[in-house]
Amino acid sequence: MRSWEEDPLLRAEHLTMRFGGLTAVDDVSFAVGRHDITALIGPNGAGKTTVFNCITGFYKPTEGMIELRQPDGQIFRLEQLDDHDINARARVARTFQNIRLFQGMTVLENLMVAQHNVLMRASGLTVGAILGLGGFRQAEKDAVDFARYWLDRVNLTARADEPAGELPYGDQRRLEIARAMCTRPLLLCLDEPAAGLNARESDALNELLYSIRKQDDIAILLIEHDMSVVMRISDHVVVLDYGRLIADGTTAEARNDPRVIAAYLGVPDEELPVVEREVGL
Amino acid sequence: MAYFLQQLINGIALGSIYGLIAIGYTMVYGIIGMINFAHGDIFMVGAFIALILFLALLSLGVTMIPLALLIVLLLAMVLTAVWGWTVERIAYRPLRESFRLAPLITAIGMSIVLQNFIQVAQGARVKPLQPVVTGGYTLFTEGDFAVNLSNIQILIVVTTLVLMTVFWLIITRTALGRSQRACEQDRLMAALSGVNVDRTISLTFVLGAALAAVAGLLYLLYYGVIDFYIGFVAGIKAFTAAVFGGIGSLPGAMLGGLIIGLIETFWSAYFTIEYKDVAAFSMLAIVLIFFPTGLLGRPEVEKV
Repeated sequence: MRSWEEDPLLRAEHLTMRFGGLTAVDDVSFAVGRHDITALIGPNGAGKTTVFNCITGFYKPTEGMIELRQPDGQIFRLEQLDDHDINARARVARTFQNIRLFQGMTVLENLMVAQHNVLMRASGLTVGAILGLGGFRQAEKDAVDFARYWLDRVNLTARADEPAGELPYGDQRRLEIARAMCTRPLLLCLDEPAAGLNARESDALNELLYSIRKQDDIAILLIEHDMSVVMRISDHVVVLDYGRLIADGTTAEARNDPRVIAAYLGVPDEELPVVEREVGL
Repeated sequence: MAYFLQQLINGIALGSIYGLIAIGYTMVYGIIGMINFAHGDIFMVGAFIALILFLALLSLGVTMIPLALLIVLLLAMVLTAVWGWTVERIAYRPLRESFRLAPLITAIGMSIVLQNFIQVAQGARVKPLQPVVTGGYTLFTEGDFAVNLSNIQILIVVTTLVLMTVFWLIITRTALGRSQRACEQDRLMAALSGVNVDRTISLTFVLGAALAAVAGLLYLLYYGVIDFYIGFVAGIKAFTAAVFGGIGSLPGAMLGGLIIGLIETFWSAYFTIEYKDVAAFSMLAIVLIFFPTGLLGRPEVEKV
């Protein structure tokens, strides 16, 4: 049995999302393994970001369900949770294709916002913070330490007090991942994290993702267009085309799947009839 | 000189009250981009709550003025905060994802509702309160003109300074303040970082209303009379103050409040009292021509 079937962290079943007459995601089912890096790939408009938006509560799926299983066995139905509960209770974090940092706040503050819930609870909805109670001070100190730990991991310690909006592009990308990690997620969803990075930054990102999986044991679900990245770091590949699931397996399987080659990589005209016959069109 | 100094003192006291109300406008605008026109009336409700509490305490025989003041201050803040929370919950939250003008229209509606409710419940006549904080100091006399600093003016300025400091610390140092600023910048991303956006917005209204209650209490003590209509005029002035200082900016709201208070007082003192509002609003127009985002406002950057 494969790792993601054995111990699934997230299971999407018959996920369908319609916008008026357009079916962006059509009856898609897949699982994300608890210890895997899972890549969600497909040509432009295949419905990858829509799947992400369903998982993180931005859209409510028209049909289907998304289950997230906690380490203690508790199961959250993500399509029924409010968006902040998806992060705070089900522990799913995400980044977007475009950078969405809190630009006017400092780098450190961005990571502190991500630990908002722990601190709000510790401060008794701010009353404790005003009175300067010990419990809140300790919680605040722990939060700063955790934030500094992640700044270290993404090499941004030196820039902790700069406004996030003034960092170079590559640093902002890594800060977004650090912010997502500061919410202490079980599942980290990254929408094209390598977009716009140069080769060196892209390598550093791969290292970071690898260490998150290995060292922190956090599952990663990522959308990525750069096939070299996908093939290098992922354990499991889910391929969408026109909103449908066309392949689900290891990188090697995806690479050799004729439907994936036809849909995603494109095939020369002369081979098209052959591929179509194999695919069954 | 003495006359000028006296007006300066009066202007700062009045400006502090405007500033406290202006913070409510500016915070709500900052976090949800909406002008809460009912905020002036929340201030009026706060003044009425303070009046009722004072009368209740006096009839219960609490005659120690500092104690009575403290009890009224705290209770009025809490009770008015409940009003602020309720207005947000029933009139604004259901319309949050609606078109831009919808909350503005309900805000005006809520303003009328609050005014009429108090008019019906408390009567339309002016309500007096016997002077509670009396006395003061004569700083110096020049000829036969004495410059007075009354205790109530000291109370107003000190209370305002203390609250502003506490407030500044909440916004810059606490988890609540950080999440408010995060919601200001990107509400969706804040939610995905685990911030309960609805609750944060509610708490913003609660804080604004609590400050408005303090302003209501101070207004009541300063002028000694209130009616159901004070919220309208004070609200417009405080809103002007918020725009003047740069809407969305907390120090701006305080600065704007002080400037509006000073303009009004000085205009009344040196020119004609009938035109004091004209002076304040004309000044606003002039400032906005040269500083379109207000004195301390940040220029709006178009999001790409």
